[in-house]
Amino acid sequence: MLCQECQEKEASVHVTKIINNQKQELYFCKECAQATGELNFGSDFSFNNLLTGLLNSKPHSHHQINLSSKQLKCKNCNLSYQEFSHNGRLGCSQCYEYFGDKIDKILRRIHSSSHHTGKIPKRIGENVRIKRKIKNLREEMKQVVAKEEFEKAAVLRDEIKDLEENLDNRG
Amino acid sequence: MEEKIMNQWMKELGPNSDVVVSSRVRLARNFNDLSFTHHASDEELKQVTIKAKELLRENNEFQLELIGIDELSEFERKMLVEKHLISPEQTQVNKYKSVALSQDETVSLMINEEDHLRLQMILPGLQIEKAWGLADQLDDYIEDKIDVAFAEGYGYLTACPTNVGTGLRVSVMVHLPALSMINRVEKLMSAISQLGLAVRGLYGEGTDTVGNLYQISNQVTLGHSEEEIIENLLEVTQQIIEQEKNARELLLQEQEVSVKNKVYRAHGILTHAYSISIEEAMELISNVRLGIDLGIIEGIEPIILNQLMVMIRPATLQLTKGEKLSIEEREIYRAELIKELLN
Repeated sequence: MLCQECQEKEASVHVTKIINNQKQELYFCKECAQATGELNFGSDFSFNNLLTGLLNSKPHSHHQINLSSKQLKCKNCNLSYQEFSHNGRLGCSQCYEYFGDKIDKILRRIHSSSHHTGKIPKRIGENVRIKRKIKNLREEMKQVVAKEEFEKAAVLRDEIKDLEENLDNRG
Repeated sequence: MEEKIMNQWMKELGPNSDVVVSSRVRLARNFNDLSFTHHASDEELKQVTIKAKELLRENNEFQLELIGIDELSEFERKMLVEKHLISPEQTQVNKYKSVALSQDETVSLMINEEDHLRLQMILPGLQIEKAWGLADQLDDYIEDKIDVAFAEGYGYLTACPTNVGTGLRVSVMVHLPALSMINRVEKLMSAISQLGLAVRGLYGEGTDTVGNLYQISNQVTLGHSEEEIIENLLEVTQQIIEQEKNARELLLQEQEVSVKNKVYRAHGILTHAYSISIEEAMELISNVRLGIDLGIIEGIEPIILNQLMVMIRPATLQLTKGEKLSIEEREIYRAELIKELLN
């Protein structure tokens, strides 16, 4: 098939556009694909732009005009939420706390989750490891209680108590 | 000279190497008390460099050698990208950017990339689990010495929210000539993207797929453990291997003449051309490699094709020649180099 723009070269770029449920098929050669600005995959459709688009998306309800998001700033590194939503990069590890709920929402959109279940650093992560264990034991306890296995539940309860004390002692 | 250019995945074939060229594991890590690289002051960037140097001085296990990006010539920087040892982003000259490499270039540690530390393992063939084991080991060493940015809920904190959680990106580079000959790649790729995996060209996002080579990697880094992420990629890769192998057999049965013709013609051009572009060379190398894997061509070591894939790229080519070449000169030298290696 020939390029529909120049009608000279073989079409090597195939674009399917869907706008308002209207499907449009476009065929271009490499040169014309680059020349027509809207087909500039290198920049316009880059992952980063998609991400910042996500960050900038306005809440659907018009009643919720979010004034605070413009002024929101990380108190540790001074990065504003506006800067973050512009370039898609956070400024420091504490931005994750200062931008709390918003980050949570973004992470759930990107990863379908906002909770880490993988590796925990050995040295600095001991408390986290204990907390995760307590959480798992509590889940287990719920299940055994549901099955009315109260002796097992008592063992688990004691184990949880020990871990919690351990956590308190560590400070 | 050529010896200096080779790294491990260019020197030996790994498991399932008839379809999988290499396996790669990358971890993103940051110092807890310093701003992320793009937002950091010069003083903070310097701190990262100093701390990374201390880290490397004590660690002899992987014997990493630190190289400042500003110490390298333009070609040397680009060659590291062509060998997948640093990202294109890391080639910007900045006195605080550096990379630490192991002798065989299996391990690379980028310093002051998008994240303070980007640790990478690359092994030949399908060896994702082994690569992860090595990365995990080096990571344990690193976080024993430094306070990494880690939060209870979000896991490892990274500059870009797309890497948060495990900070883990695992990928395999696969060679799919038969599936692309029977026009199955597109279908396969759309199926893959529904499984939380991404398919890219040889050199990452936005790059062309040349020579029927594809990179498949995990997209999601949060909410799944490292083991789950690896297992998912491994299972999908094994299915791709099976499908590619079936397609190769099918081709041999149904289109033997046309496949043989394609392979021999590719070999003919590669061993006789006076000048050749990179796109054409990659395409033909792919066909020859298929011919070797199907037993149509004998007497060529398949590893040579892995080597050629990197050696004919512009920066590596000019470094091998030892001088700057025009596009025309490059195409002539590329043809020469290919002939030399194939004969």
